[in-house]
Formats: sequence, C-alpha cells, structure tokens
Amino acid sequence: MTGRVLVGVKRVIDYAVKIRVKPDHSGVVTDGVKHSMNPFCEIAVEEAVKLKEKKLIKEVVAISCGPQQVQETIRTALAMGADRGIHVEVSGKDYENLGPLQVSKILAALAKKEEASLVILGKQAIDDDCNQTGQMTAALLDWPQGTFASEVAVEGDKVKIVREIDGGLETIKVNMPAVVTADLRLNTPRYATLPNIMKAKKKKIANVKPQDLGVDLTSRVEVVRVDEPPQRQAGMKVETVDDLVGKLKEAGRI
Amino acid sequence: MANPFRGEVVRLYKNLLFLGREYPKGVEYFRDRLRAAFVKNKDVQDPEKIKQLIKRGEFVVKELEALYYLRKYRAMKKRYYETDE
Repeated sequence: MTGRVLVGVKRVIDYAVKIRVKPDHSGVVTDGVKHSMNPFCEIAVEEAVKLKEKKLIKEVVAISCGPQQVQETIRTALAMGADRGIHVEVSGKDYENLGPLQVSKILAALAKKEEASLVILGKQAIDDDCNQTGQMTAALLDWPQGTFASEVAVEGDKVKIVREIDGGLETIKVNMPAVVTADLRLNTPRYATLPNIMKAKKKKIANVKPQDLGVDLTSRVEVVRVDEPPQRQAGMKVETVDDLVGKLKEAGRI
Repeated sequence: MANPFRGEVVRLYKNLLFLGREYPKGVEYFRDRLRAAFVKNKDVQDPEKIKQLIKRGEFVVKELEALYYLRKYRAMKKRYYETDE
C-alpha cells in the first residue's frame, strides 16, 4: 500500500451567497460571485489530513478539475494540510458540461496512476447536489465504497466506516483501496488561516489535461433550462374557525 | 517604535484582516472596527499589557473561526437534513 490518499475538492459558489438565475435561464450567475471549497469537500480534506497526522497514511493529494481559478481551491486544501495538488485543466464548454461521470473518470484514472490507497470525496456538491461522483468513481475502479461516512477508521489494510443512513448508522468494513464520501458529522474542518496559506505556497500543484489521462469529457446530459424555485405564497389570517373552513372549501381543499 | 512586539502585533492584525473577509456583516464593517480597536491601543508600552492584548486578539481569531464553522454547519444541517419536528 502506498499510503497515498487522493481528495477531490470542488470549487462552488459560496454557501452564503444568494443564488441568481441568469435572465436567459441557461444557468446561474457566476461572474464576480464569491466562490469557495464545497463544504463537504472541506470535511473530506480534514479527514485525509487527520489520517496523515495519525500516521495511518503517508501522503494527501488534493485534486480539482476546472479552469485557472480552481487552483485557489487546491491552495486552500494545501493550507489545510494536503501535501501536493493536481489541477486537471478543464475550461470553457467542457467545464460547463463537466459532471459526475466525467469527474469520476478523471479521478479513477488518477487513482490508478497515483496508486492511491484511498479516495475521499465530499458526499455531494452544494451546487448540483448530484451525490454521484464517489459512487461512480468506485464503480469505475471496481473498488469498495463507504458513502455518507460519519466515522472512518483505518485498520491495517481494511477500513471501518460508519455510514449515516435513513434508519440510523451502519458500520461496514471494506478492503483497501476504497472510496469514501464524507458526510456532515465526519469531522470539524480546520480553518485555512493566513500563516498556513503562506506556508502552503511552497507546495506543488501539478497541471494535467484530461486527454493525458485518456478521459473523454463528452457529456450525455444537457441542461435545458434553469428556473428559480416558485415564490412562496403569502399566508392569510382568518378570524374564526368557520372562516378557516370557508376558505379551505373555496380553495377546493375540503 | 522599536517595540520588540511590533512583528507579532502586525502579524495578528494581518491574520484578523484575512479572517474579516468572511465576516457576515461585511468586510468594511469588520475592517473599520479592527482598525479602531488597534488604534485605540497604539500608545501602550508596557510589555505585559501588550502580551495581554495580543492574547485577546488571538482569542478573537479563535472566536471568528468558531463563528464561521457554526454558521456553515447550521446552514448545511438545515438544508440537507430532516429536523425532528
């Protein structure tokens, strides 16, 4: 086992920003809007760095796919403790159409190339909410997966994962190499402070193109239209129970 | 001002300024108050007092990090998880 962990980090619109739909309904406004690392990806990075601090793994590699700007996101991961970064250059139309299938193909290729023992990802991105990349990556690699992880414990060449599922918690033990996706309660990510960001500037970020990895970026999904959620109707106040019954009958509810 | 603590104080200021970018009430609001707080103490000479003030500044750094984390955690919890109500 190389003891190398790959962590995928995605640059998304910051969680606190109010999203606006473009007037032509082709997408959301991203120009000049604050972006940051996907919160679930932060948790993934934190987990990888924690494993390294416990000396259970040797190296943390942060990966992001996209244009120049994603290097900021990789730098944040480096400031949190990742050892080096890989920037997979994707821009323009390819970037607009980049989805879980393409990203998982890229991650699978890199996982093989880097001989990774573990791939840790956030469970989903807060922009597209796909919750697919981890699962697809595991399938492409034919590796076991532990998704929605709220606890990860490396035990020799196996990983014990506690998963958050609808009924409660499920504990599984899988062989390494494996794919893990991080859920909210897995850990508390450290803040990338200024001194850490300065120190991280010495760490390397390698540039790679999807073609070099033999990955085809064609998308099989086309975004037809993007709309805002329907406006909430204002509530109405009534004086008596009879008024309430009357209004409900009017609205055809009873 | 050949004060031996000058480096530490400047570093603290820069760290706080960096943290202020994410302040909920806006970066200008934060920067104004940060500057006012530091200017108010610019004539302090006693090393003990300076150390105390630096410690207070470091405390504020931790408070801000906690604030940012809690805000984000609560937002994610609200958006993605059912509340038992």
